[in-house]
Amino acid sequence: MRALAILALAIATPVFAQSNMPPSYWGYRQLHDAKQEAQAQALMLELRCLVCQGQSIADSDAELAGDMRDLVRRRIAAGEKPGDIRAWLIERYGDWVSYRPSAAPIAWPLWAAPIILLLFGGAMVASRVKRRRL
Amino acid sequence: MSRALRLLPIIFVVWIVGTFAWKLVQPSDTTVRSQLVNRQVPEFSLPAAVSGVPALRSAELSTGQPRLLNLFGSWCVPCIAEAPVLEDLKRKGARIDGIAIRDTPGALGAFLDRHGNPYERIGSDQNSSVQLALGSSGVPETFIIDGKGVIRFQHIGPIKPQDVAGILAKLEEVR
Repeated sequence: MRALAILALAIATPVFAQSNMPPSYWGYRQLHDAKQEAQAQALMLELRCLVCQGQSIADSDAELAGDMRDLVRRRIAAGEKPGDIRAWLIERYGDWVSYRPSAAPIAWPLWAAPIILLLFGGAMVASRVKRRRL
Repeated sequence: MSRALRLLPIIFVVWIVGTFAWKLVQPSDTTVRSQLVNRQVPEFSLPAAVSGVPALRSAELSTGQPRLLNLFGSWCVPCIAEAPVLEDLKRKGARIDGIAIRDTPGALGAFLDRHGNPYERIGSDQNSSVQLALGSSGVPETFIIDGKGVIRFQHIGPIKPQDVAGILAKLEEVR
């Protein structure tokens, strides 16, 4: 039974199949220009990996994440602005691909929540203080 | 403070807990849909992936006839299961082009010899750049492209025998 289990492990295929090709050129290399590399890093930390969906492409070892890093570094090296690269990806995959919170109307309640809670708390404290003085 | 106002925080907490509980029991959907459906195929030009099968350019997808664009790889296990289904679609009149993701001519040639070649053209996408341009996130995936080169539908995962009728109907619908 145990031998069978070990055999099953040996022949099992991984869930996220990887090709036999080496990783893309800029997938695991830094750009020579330190300023450009810093820009690329900052952007890659805010882009979601399409395979390991909880990770950023800077974190993920999935092959597609390597290809996305290659794309980001290539475009930064070619002089493209990080915001434009982000917009290009959002155009294809939706807001979901970017970790940076969006300022779209759907997110307005989220942005307003801290202010509303603060006002609510302030009003509560104010009414208590007033009552105690009386 | 009025009674109703006092209940407000409790209602708020119950609402939040309820939302979390509801989301926890919902089965999660991790498929990533391309936002390019109903938009023009992005421009690309890919070299031939294997000798004997022509290369693929985006312009060749708008030929006046709807076509299937299948993203696959010889290293992709579900693609093996999909191969006979694509053959079946071809027999029933579908015109299919392929993009081989991260593949080598040797491995791809062996794959086509073994599982058949339903493709009119196959482009080689070595670093997934065209896959990313299409808003696709894995293999296999299939796009239905109408005669004007507009993406009309995205099928994620292998096309199974029971999907054939639906795919043929969609091809007819976008004609």
